[in-house]
Amino acid sequence: MQLSTLEKLNEARSARRPAVVVNDISSGRAQAFIEGEAFPAEWEAAISETLRSGRPKLATLDDQPAFINVYLPPPRLVVIGAVHISQALARLAPVAGFDMTIIDPRTAFATAERFQDIELLADWPEDVLPTRPLDRYTALAAVTHDPKIDDYPIRAALEAGCFYVGALGSRKTHAARVERLRSAGVSQEEIGRIRAPIGLDIGAASPAEIAVAVLAQIIGALRHRDPEEQGHAT
Amino acid sequence: MTNEAKMLDPLEIAEAWHRKGRAVALATVIETWGSAPRAVGSHLVIDGGGNFEGSVSGGCVEGAVVSEAADVIASGVSKVLEFGVADETAWRVGLSCGGRIRVYVERIDG
Repeated sequence: MQLSTLEKLNEARSARRPAVVVNDISSGRAQAFIEGEAFPAEWEAAISETLRSGRPKLATLDDQPAFINVYLPPPRLVVIGAVHISQALARLAPVAGFDMTIIDPRTAFATAERFQDIELLADWPEDVLPTRPLDRYTALAAVTHDPKIDDYPIRAALEAGCFYVGALGSRKTHAARVERLRSAGVSQEEIGRIRAPIGLDIGAASPAEIAVAVLAQIIGALRHRDPEEQGHAT
Repeated sequence: MTNEAKMLDPLEIAEAWHRKGRAVALATVIETWGSAPRAVGSHLVIDGGGNFEGSVSGGCVEGAVVSEAADVIASGVSKVLEFGVADETAWRVGLSCGGRIRVYVERIDG
């Protein structure tokens, strides 16, 4: 592999952009392609399939044995609200392999003492998200059930195509949220992507149980992503 | 990517080592059969002095891959290595899980 290929790959990875490397095993030649770039026409199908599935594979390209490796951004979890559920999530999510960030402008909630070893940003989502954009490999869970705090990041997550958007709140709270989003111009289809009430229906009662239900729902969304939605550049 | 993740990331390390003027080879798991401790796509980076980071197995065949990498670094010719219980070398270096893996080793040029 040429150093320039490795550099291109590492740059894409640190920018959280999906990439593939096609290794021609017989010649030793390697090429990196970032999602959204044009691929050689005869390789298009194999590369797109690898990006969709996230699974590296051996293939025959140009009648030569080739290995297609794929590098998808690691899943991230952004939680809006430094509440009791988030405290339990902060312990569970790293075990399941998620990088987790909590955002809450309410400094009484967002204290380092309540959230050790987790990135905690005591700012408004409006201030944080523009500099740390959400993407399709990010799950967003909004758990303050306060429209002033939750609404903006929910819209941002829908726009960014986050693979999971969940929102806490009773059916009544959610019905009011749907109305607000609709009048703000969010389409019915987009609104339908919000998981509310948040979490798998396992009868969770305590904050810790709700955290388990939320994390399980996020993992389900990650592993069952609509294949048609992947492989499309944003 | 956090700094700590970068420190353990074989591809970042490969780039950093190359920048420091070290000869670098990259090993990648390209196929597995049976129980294999590292998934297809996993990387091990090796330098000319036999230093390495990352893994292509649970520590079973890294030693053999590192010594093969010296040849790849010297010749610039990529290699595909196969390790498995049916293979004498692999048995000797001990892929004790009973699986079989193929590892592609290439030099980073540039």
